[in-house]
Amino acid sequence: MKYQTQKIAFAYFAVAMALFAVQVLGGFIAAYVYVNPNFLSELVPFNILRMLHTNSLVVWLLLGFFGAAYYLIPEEAEREIESPMLAYLQLLILVIGTAGVVVTYLFDLFPGNPVLGKEGREFLEQPLWVKLGIVVAALIFLYNVTMTVLKGRKTAITNVLLLGLWGIAIFFLFSLYNPGNLSVDKMYWWYVVHIWVEGVWELVMAAVLAFLLLKLTGVDREVIEKWLYAIVALSLFTGLLGTGHHYYWIGTPGYWQWVGSIFSSLEVLPFFAMVLFSFSMVWKRRREHPNNAALLWSLGCAVLAFFGAGVWGFMHTLHPINFYTHGTQITAAHGHLAFFGAYVSLNLAVITYAMPHLLGREPYNQVLNMVSFWVMASGMAFMTFVLTFAGVVQTHLQRVQGENYMDVQDQLGLFYEMRLAAGAVVVIAVLIYLYSIFVPRKGELIKRPDTAPTPAE
Amino acid sequence: MWDVLTKSAARNIFYGGSLVFLLILVGLTAQSHNYVVNVSTDKAGLTDSVVRGKRLWEKHTCINCHTILGEGAYYAPELGNVWIRYGGKEDPQGAREALKAWMRSQPTGIAGRRQMPQFNLTDKELDDLINFLAWVSRIDTQGWPPNKAG
Repeated sequence: MKYQTQKIAFAYFAVAMALFAVQVLGGFIAAYVYVNPNFLSELVPFNILRMLHTNSLVVWLLLGFFGAAYYLIPEEAEREIESPMLAYLQLLILVIGTAGVVVTYLFDLFPGNPVLGKEGREFLEQPLWVKLGIVVAALIFLYNVTMTVLKGRKTAITNVLLLGLWGIAIFFLFSLYNPGNLSVDKMYWWYVVHIWVEGVWELVMAAVLAFLLLKLTGVDREVIEKWLYAIVALSLFTGLLGTGHHYYWIGTPGYWQWVGSIFSSLEVLPFFAMVLFSFSMVWKRRREHPNNAALLWSLGCAVLAFFGAGVWGFMHTLHPINFYTHGTQITAAHGHLAFFGAYVSLNLAVITYAMPHLLGREPYNQVLNMVSFWVMASGMAFMTFVLTFAGVVQTHLQRVQGENYMDVQDQLGLFYEMRLAAGAVVVIAVLIYLYSIFVPRKGELIKRPDTAPTPAE
Repeated sequence: MWDVLTKSAARNIFYGGSLVFLLILVGLTAQSHNYVVNVSTDKAGLTDSVVRGKRLWEKHTCINCHTILGEGAYYAPELGNVWIRYGGKEDPQGAREALKAWMRSQPTGIAGRRQMPQFNLTDKELDDLINFLAWVSRIDTQGWPPNKAG
């Protein structure tokens, strides 16, 4: 760790990891409710469980992005973060907001109150005071990192990262607009949800991945940064108009079926480019970085994002297919692998890379960390497969044959049992991961390569 | 081809192209907004009661079990067309009474059956919520869902 203020990242990562545990635990309980629907049904109904599951996911991913930014920006800009005090203040606001959200949801405080009560649009359920807190925290963050970059060295990685982070803040403002017309509401709701995860978050993802590959492979910066611009160009060229694949059936004009089908089919390209990019950088590597686990997570991130976001997204994005699959377990399958591959893995990669530096220790305890990667990825893949099968059966019975929703659900029990088992595996893998990054080891199991780095060609 | 593309060219393509696509999206959104407000949704029927119903829908985060126009959680039935499924087109009064009776009788407590919470809505609130669901069922959704099952 070259700069003292990189230490800020540790606080962000620690809170993110605590929420990660909450997220998978919430998911596990919700999966159990699918199998045993009477469990907690009056104490903590399913809708509350799901809000905790999705909201904690979004918040911890954002905390991971902020942490990654605080870690890599000093190294890229070659100067300390503008104000560490503001960075901790930002974290404090986010922690208070998160605690407020959990308490408000669990005890249903201030129902219907316009400022203090929860707002009930999917993923944007946070009470207004929390949303405003998020805006304030985002402004503090953007001021802090933008000043750092402006006064320091400007690289493609920081350019793209900052653009992504500014985009996150700007598009979040649409969450404050909630008209009475449901179709209008949905149009702008997607401006937050879609443009985040299939737009500006991809900028953050590509920038962080580029930083990790730069450090782990030692490939020339010029090469990496050209790739970076090409990837993010593909992301926004396809992702912005790809918003159209959410505008098929919500009351918007019919031409979106064409716009959405064409552009969202191409959304697979940036993810494919990230696979090519990460593997070719590794093949061209000029150094053997001792942190194998970070490299495994980085490559895993690119591959799993390609399958989860790219392939599984493409599977049901063409409008004649989506007409039948829209809002079935197919969507759930895609959502789980896409978030895990693209954003969870990215954060776990950067945390795996940064933790030994932040805690000032080597070795890395990386064998256990790599075990957690394989267990977690297998669990998530299996979960995705069973939900996909459930979705295919559901699509046929309900959307083609016209059987009632609940009659169909009763026939999907086996899939939900297998999903619960997959969820249990994921929870175990998360615990292994947390142990491997937080608990020090006495000795490194993987011997450090003693060969000198290969000289430049 | 890859070698011909320099880093600064890639950067300029990224910034310029993204701006163009963003502007196209904003333009199409503006057109769609106008279309939604005036053509595909019932402008005159968007009464205060319907809006109050939407706020109730949000207050109780119904969307974290149900879907509406296919979006939401997948734990409970689609409600975008629940009005039609309950026969609201043919017999509005009967559908209204049936929906009220359903919501009042929750949770069923039947073992092994998914449970809907009891939200203790007043009769007026139930009317607002049902007016909202009836309004949603009239949105021109390009023919979705494929059938009454939702």
